[in-house]
This record gives sequence, C-alpha cells and structure tokens, in this order.
Amino acid sequence: MLNYLALLPTLPLVGFLILTAFGKSLSKRSVVAIGVGSMALAAMLTIGIAIHFLSAPPPGHVFEQHLWTWFQVGDLAPGFSLYLDALSLAMILVITLVGFLIHLYSAEFMRDDDAYARFFAYMNLFVSLMLILVLADNLLLLYLGWEGVGMCSFLLIGFWYKKPENSKAAQKAFIVTRVGDTAMAIGLFLLITQLGTLDIQELGVRASEKWPVGSGMAVAAAALLLGGAVGKSAQLPLQTWLPDAMAGPSPVSALIHAATMVTAGVYLIARTHALFALAPVVLTAVMLIGLLTQLTAGISAVHQRDIKRILAYSTISQLGYMFFALGVSSNGAAINHLMTHACFKATWFLAAGAVIIAVNHEHDIFKMGGLGKKLPVLFWTMFFAGCGPFFSKDGILAEVWFSDTGGPFLWLLGLFGVFVTSIYLFRLLFTVFLGPLKNDVHWKPGLAITIPLVILATGSVVGAIVEYPRLLGYHPYATGTEAAHASPYLHAAIGKIAVGVALAGIYVAYRLFVRHKHYEAGEVVVPHITLRMRRLFAAGWYFDRAYHAAFVVPFQATSRFLRSELIDRGYDAVVALVQTGHRQIRRSQTGRLRWYAAGIAVGAVFCLGAVLL
Amino acid sequence: MTLLLLIAIPLCGGFLAWLLGRFHADAPRWISLAALGVGFILALDLGLEHWGAAGLANDNLWLLEYSHAWIPRFGISFHLALDGLNLLMVVLTFLIGILAVGCSWKEISTRVGFFHFNLMWVLAGVVGVFLAIDLFLFYFFWELMLVPMYFLIGIWGHEKRIRAALKFFIFTQASGLLLLLAIVALAFSHQSTSGVLSYNYMELLGTPLSEAAGMWMMLGFFIAFAVKLPVVPLHTWLPDAHTEAPTAGSVILAALMLKTGAYGLIRFVVPLFPDAAMAFAPIAMTLGVIGILYGAILAFAQTDLKRLVAYTSVSHLGFVLLGVFAWNELALQGVVMQMICHSFSTGALFVLVGALYERTHTRDLSRLSGLWAVAPKMGAMAMFFAMASLGLPGLGNFLAEILVLAGAYPVSIPLTALATVGLIFATIYSVRLVSRAFHGVNEGSWEFSDLSLREAAVLGVMVVGLIWLGLYPQPVLDAAAPTLSHLLSVMQR
Repeated sequence: MLNYLALLPTLPLVGFLILTAFGKSLSKRSVVAIGVGSMALAAMLTIGIAIHFLSAPPPGHVFEQHLWTWFQVGDLAPGFSLYLDALSLAMILVITLVGFLIHLYSAEFMRDDDAYARFFAYMNLFVSLMLILVLADNLLLLYLGWEGVGMCSFLLIGFWYKKPENSKAAQKAFIVTRVGDTAMAIGLFLLITQLGTLDIQELGVRASEKWPVGSGMAVAAAALLLGGAVGKSAQLPLQTWLPDAMAGPSPVSALIHAATMVTAGVYLIARTHALFALAPVVLTAVMLIGLLTQLTAGISAVHQRDIKRILAYSTISQLGYMFFALGVSSNGAAINHLMTHACFKATWFLAAGAVIIAVNHEHDIFKMGGLGKKLPVLFWTMFFAGCGPFFSKDGILAEVWFSDTGGPFLWLLGLFGVFVTSIYLFRLLFTVFLGPLKNDVHWKPGLAITIPLVILATGSVVGAIVEYPRLLGYHPYATGTEAAHASPYLHAAIGKIAVGVALAGIYVAYRLFVRHKHYEAGEVVVPHITLRMRRLFAAGWYFDRAYHAAFVVPFQATSRFLRSELIDRGYDAVVALVQTGHRQIRRSQTGRLRWYAAGIAVGAVFCLGAVLL
Repeated sequence: MTLLLLIAIPLCGGFLAWLLGRFHADAPRWISLAALGVGFILALDLGLEHWGAAGLANDNLWLLEYSHAWIPRFGISFHLALDGLNLLMVVLTFLIGILAVGCSWKEISTRVGFFHFNLMWVLAGVVGVFLAIDLFLFYFFWELMLVPMYFLIGIWGHEKRIRAALKFFIFTQASGLLLLLAIVALAFSHQSTSGVLSYNYMELLGTPLSEAAGMWMMLGFFIAFAVKLPVVPLHTWLPDAHTEAPTAGSVILAALMLKTGAYGLIRFVVPLFPDAAMAFAPIAMTLGVIGILYGAILAFAQTDLKRLVAYTSVSHLGFVLLGVFAWNELALQGVVMQMICHSFSTGALFVLVGALYERTHTRDLSRLSGLWAVAPKMGAMAMFFAMASLGLPGLGNFLAEILVLAGAYPVSIPLTALATVGLIFATIYSVRLVSRAFHGVNEGSWEFSDLSLREAAVLGVMVVGLIWLGLYPQPVLDAAAPTLSHLLSVMQR
C-alpha cells in the first residue's frame, strides 16, 4: 500500500487537470464525480496507507519514495521525493479526510454557482499541492507546495472575482504571506550555503554536527524559517491577511484557512525541529509569538460581528496555541491540537456557511437569533465540535507549566486565552441559535452538508478523548510523561483547572448574551470597556492601518514618484543639448564669403599660435 | 558547415519571403515558418547528436566549429563555434522565431513580405551573435541585428513608433561603438604581447592587460551589453521600444535580443577581463539588484499593460546581472535558466497583451477590467504567466531565480536579501496585472472572442516549456554545464 504514496498527490492533480481542460463541457454531475471522486479515492488511499503504516511499520517508521531528481547543480540535488513518517501521516490524514468531507459539502453548497468546475479544479489543485508540502523530503519541494497552496489560496479567496473587495482580499493574502516566504527563501539560501543540502533529515544531522546550540547560524536559519511559518500561519506580525481572506466561499475558509494551509507553518516548525532545537532563542520567540497572537486575536474575536470574521480571529488564536506548544518543544501537543482544531474549525466554518445561506447571506450575528430550532443539526454539530479542542488545549497548557522555558506565569496567560476562547465561541453560538427567532429560514441543509458536519463534529469530540498523534505514533512531548509521573496529581489538577476555566467562560457568555441579552443592544459586546478600546479590538489592533501607513503608502508614493522616469529626463537633456548646439552652430552657416574668409584666417592664426607657443 | 546553415537559412528565408510577398500575402508567413522550422530541427538535431557528448570532458570546448578566412590581413576570420551554451540559445532563437511568426499571423497586414524579411534577418543576426567566436564577426552580427529591428519598430509599431525606434537605435548604436573600440583595443593589446593580430576569442582569452587598460576595455564591453540587457540606468530605451513595437517585435526584443546582452556578459566580459570584472563585480551586482527592485516598482506604476510587461523584463534581467557577477556554478546555471525561462514567460505576456490589443485596441489598464468573464482562457493564460513571472515554484523562472540567489548568497548576503525582496515586488505587480485586467466587473462592456486555436497553440508551447523547465530542467543544465565549468576555470587561472 505504501508504494502507492505517490498516487496520493497525483489523484487530485488529475482531477484538476481534467476539470481545467474539459470543465466547461462537463455536466455538474460529472464535475462532482471528478472533483469529489478524486478526493474520495485519495481519502481511501490515505486510510489504506495509514493502516499499512501502523500494522506493518516500515523500518525506522519511515517510508521514503524517490520519484525523480528535480535538478542537480554541483552537490545540490533536491528530488521529487516523498517522506512518510508519523508526522506526515497525521497531516495527510487531516488533508485528505477533512478535505474529502469539505469537497462533499461543497458539492451541495456550490451547486448554484456557474463556475462549479473552476471551483473544484482549484480545490483539487490545492489538495494536491498541500499533500506535496507535507510529504516533501526536502525543503525546496516543500517550498513548491508552500507557494503553490498560497497561489490556490489567492485563486479561491478571489473566486467570486467580480466583487472588487474579494479580489483585494486575495491580493492581500498572497502578498502578505509572500513577505514571510521571502524570509524563508533567504533561509534556504543560508542552508544551501552553510550545509550544502536541503534534505530535511540530512539538514538536521549536518546542523547538529556543525553548529553548537545557540550559534549565530543556527539562530539565523531558524529565525528565517520562522518568518515563513509566521506568514503562512497568520501569526503576529503577519496575521492581517487572514480575516480578509474570509471573502472566499465558506468551504474554502474551512479547508484552506482553518484546517490545512494555515497549519503549514506549524508543520514546518515541527518538521524542522532539529534546526529549531539548536536555537533556543528562536524557540522562545515562537512561544511568545504564539502567546501574544493567541491573546490579541482572541480578544479581537470577541469584538467581531461578522460570523466568519469571528471564526477567522479564532483560527489565528488557535494557531497561536499551536505555536505556544511548539515554542516549549511540545510538538506532540501542537499536532494534537492541530488535528482536533481541524475537525472543530472545519465544522464551524461549514456550519457558518450553511447559516449564512439560511439567513439570506447575512453575516452579522446580531441580526441572527433563535436559529437553534430551525437548524438543530447545525447547532448541535457546532456545539459538540466546539468542546473538543478545549481538551487538546489543556494538553498544551500542561506542557507549558512543566517545560523549562514555560512555567506557571505563561501558563496563566494561556489560561486566560482559554477563558476568552470559550467566551467568543459561545457568544457566537448563543447569539445565533438561542433567543427569539429573528430570521426567515427557507432553506434546510441536505445530506451532503449534514453528513460531513456530523462526521467532523464526531472527529472533534473523539479528539478530546484520544490523542490522535499518539495513536499514529507521533509523541514528541517536551516534558510529557516524566513530569506527569513525577507529580501526577498536579498534572491532573492543571488539566481540571483549564476545563473549569472553559466552563466559566461558557457561563459568562451565557450570562452576557442570553440572560442579560446584550446582543439585543447590538453595539454592547463586553461591558466595562471603553468605546475606544472596543474599536481597537474590533479593528484587529489597527495592524492594517499601521501597515498601510508604513508600507503601502510609501510604496505607492515611490512608484508614483518614479513613474516619470527621472533617468530618462537626463537623456532628454542630452538630446536638448545636442539640438541647441546644432542650432547655434547652424547660425554660423550664413553663406557670406566674407565671414568664411575671416573664419579661416582666425582659425589659421589660432592653430599657428598653438603650434608656435 | 551546419553552423553556417543555421545563419544562412533565416537570411535566405527572409529574402524569399520578401520576394514572394509580392504575389501572395500568406506566402511570407509560410516561408518564414518553414525556414525557421528547418532551422529549429537542424539545431535540435545538433543538440540530440551531442547529447551524450555535451558532458564531454576533453579539452576541446567546442562541439562543432566552422572557420573561414575573412580579412586575413587583420587576423579577422569568419569563425563560428558551437558549445552547450550557445546551442541552447540557438534552439531557443528558432523556437521563439516560430512563435513570433505565429503570433503576428493576423496582426501584420501591410508590407507582409518586408516584415518577414526584417524578422528573419533579426533572427539571423541573433544566431550569428550567439555563434560568432571571432570578436570582429561578433560585432558584425551585433550590428546586423539592429537595422531590421529598427524597421520592425519604425514601420509596424504603434503611435510613437518613430521616436521609439530612433531611441532604440541610438542607444544600441552608441554603446555598440564602445564595444567596437574595446574589441580593437583588446586585439592590439594582444598583438603587442604576442606579436599576432587576432580577433579569435580563444586566443584573446588570457591576454595580459594592465589594470587600467583592462578596466576600460571591460567597461566598453560591459556598457554595450548593459544597454541590451538592460541595466538601470541604461534601460530607458526599452520601455519605449517594447511598447511601440508590434507584438512579434516585442517578443523578439524581450525573448532574444536582451539575451544577447546576457550572453555577452557570460561569454566575453568576465572571461576576457577576469581581474577587471571581479574588481567591478560589487558595482555590477548592486546595479543588478537596483534593476530588480526598480524594474518591479516601475512595473507596478504602469497603466499601459505593455509597458508594465516591459518593466518586468528590467526586473527579471537584474537577476542575470546579479548572477553573472556572482560567478559561481549555481549562479551561472541560474542565469542560463533565467535567459530561457524569461523568454517564455515575458514573450508569452507580450503575446497576450498583443492579442488583447487586437481585440480591444487599448492597452490601458484603467479601461480593462473583469475580462475573465469575457475570455476565461485568456485569463487563465494571464494567470499562468503572471505566476511564472512572480517565481512560482514548479515553473522554470522559480528555479532560475532561486539558483541565482543561492549562488549570490555566499558572495553578498545583503544584496541577495534585497534581491529576494524583489520577489515580493514581483508578486505585487503580477497579481495587480491579473486582478486589474481580469477580475472585477466588466465596466468597459467588452465583448470579444477568446483565444483562437493559433494563439492558444503559441501560448501552449510556452506553457509546456515553462512547466518542463520547472520540473525537470536537467537537460538544459547538463547542456550548459561543460561551458560554464570551462568559463569558471578560466577565472581560476
């Protein structure tokens, strides 16, 4: 089964090619057959590969498949080579299973769209490139997937291209993430120059041989890779693109901007952990970035009114938790949260998409209400899915408490984030589904929407009970079992405290938004904070405004200033000079013999003088 | 003899096209196509024949040579030679030539015969430049390219064609004069030390020169090639010439003529004057980075689609300058890749803009919007080549730029970092191009037919080329490798 690994990215790629070539002439039914069918095959293949991998593990729990050498210049010879271990297995499971369910959902969700084939073509292409990203055995191939999914993100955010703001959001997402990618590219050059390879496993070996822990090169390399991760995973300070990216269709938000692509940064750090381990400073930075992002985005989420923007900020915040875990070297906890979060957030985005259709394309949660009775499936799947990630987050918090770089103080800040999380999630849930009915609902989700929601919600709940990565054999924890054995009661207590805080958050949300009915006042979101602060939070801490002033305006001004090509004026001056000279000299051509004779005489005297003197 | 044929075929084809153009308008097109096709097959056959030999490790660099005394008194000979590097360029020249004929099939309706005559003679000049190994002959072909190109722009161009053609001509002619001076000076310097007057490249290699003389001659060569490449601040002829030229003219300018500058830098500037070139390298690399950033910012500033594409050339060829003066295997392989990939990506963008202009009679970005709904195939193609242009991995341009940057990194980290920032700028202008023209509402109420089969075929070739170069560029790298390692060894001596 493992030998079919290369087929995995190929299946959706073939789907993309067929849909691109013949999309126009295919019926919607055949488009579904190709677009969703290719994903179904990929999902089944992944399950087969997973079973094989777990039941008859390859030697060293690693399976490699070399397809061809991309290019060879000197010693540098990156290949189209796939690398399957527990980590990439976890990722391909998320990508193909969640991906398949979202494709299935889209079959119904996008049915009335004219560009049905184009949608599935882009989605298939995305999945293919995402699979290449996580299966790549070298950083250059990973970078191919990395940039490729960025392009698909651009295409899908701008899918409804007729609206200029969608196109703007797509451009913004692409450009901002490319800023991070540029740092990452420079990191690749550093690695090529210093270590002479891009093979990820080989990099780890050579780096630990050549660089002592904390050496400048190791710090630089890790920091540059972190730049790429920060951009892709929408962490501070490159988080600004994700809320706008919600302009894309909801399945796109679910697949790309919640479950898979935005987790690529988390994957990258986990994958190149050998490099990060040599740079403790950078790991601390990862932790702090995660913590800050988690808090700022969480607070912003509480102040959004647009249902999808709430989820966008929530996603940024949850990715912050994953970075938090990576920063204390607890990759297992990070990947565990990644997997449950994928199920949870996919459910919420898909359900939100269904809600939006049901209430006639309204996005403002304060203009919705009481939908629980009309759309119970959506309510209950969201409710259960929402509970899952609290447990994986508790795992992260326990790791932070016990790790060397973490500790109780950072744990406490993380805990505050848990509180905020439960507020904004249940604020959304209560406002939309409880209370008196505010909207006409003429639409009920069909099976293709319900089934994925139920499965994904189940996935989230199960993730609360079992740790998926551990199941797959991926368990690099920072402190993990030893600390738990050393003080089992403390470890358990810490978990309990987090659950308690989450419940407290739910209660607060209930008091605020159901009992006190602040949602009816619309503007009142959380009492006791000033209007100015509320605006700050709602606008995402004014990052957009600051970047606009610091980068966009100067860039546009520079381009306007340079547009006239001052350099060319220099050449024009030469032309003018020649023309003037030509006019002046032409005046001496008078046709009068006397002038010419005089000229010759003066010239002769001048030359003789020059010779004699 | 085959080498001679490679030049003679377009020359004769051009004549024939002109003659028969009097009888039927389609005749020149078919004749040109046939002649270029034969040339392409001939060049490709040479490549396949030497495929295994391309990695040949013997001392003789050349796969094939043709030499005939021309002006023996001055040591000038008609001396052509073929190695992996110029083989690639010659194959590229014929391929681009075919595509140029294809893309102007409908566009050109006046004086079709003379048009194709000029087109073919430019191509002949380009092939000559790539193959000539006698410096005087090189200069001869260098000038031969100019005149027909001047006519192409001046006769079949757009509104401001005369001015653009003149500007192009004066810039290249003036810098060509410096080249001639430097060539003659080099030949005389060589004569004074060895006693033999020769313009043979192989003999002139390693001519001992004083520091000052070497620098002046190097600059003479450099400026001529820098104008062609183009290097900021010598680039101002380019936006005008590209914008005013007919589509085929723009394609040949961008895809081939600029590459003669790049080729000159690799083949002549650094190997002939290694000391001077290395002393000059920091300045040249800085100019390269300035070109990358400046070209990208100006591309963003344009409202004329064709001008936008023209400025992207300035940006992309900055990578060539950066890579040549970094002078190591990675960087030079990147340069060769960039020379080929840029030909496809930018050539294709010019074809697209030309096709759009034929339909809408405007190139003004503020008048074009929402065209995806009108012509989705065109939109998809624009998207593809914009992605190639911004360096999307999987397409050739990415590898080219990554190799150049990876090669430049050990030479100068700050310059490499700045050049990498150019990739962000490239993203900005590329997505702006696609978003402005093809996204949004079709405010101009444009309605026109999507790409025809002929246009789709021309662009399709370039699509395939870029994907191939992006996923499996090894044949190209292998073909260039012996030449590059030879040039690198010249430097080490």
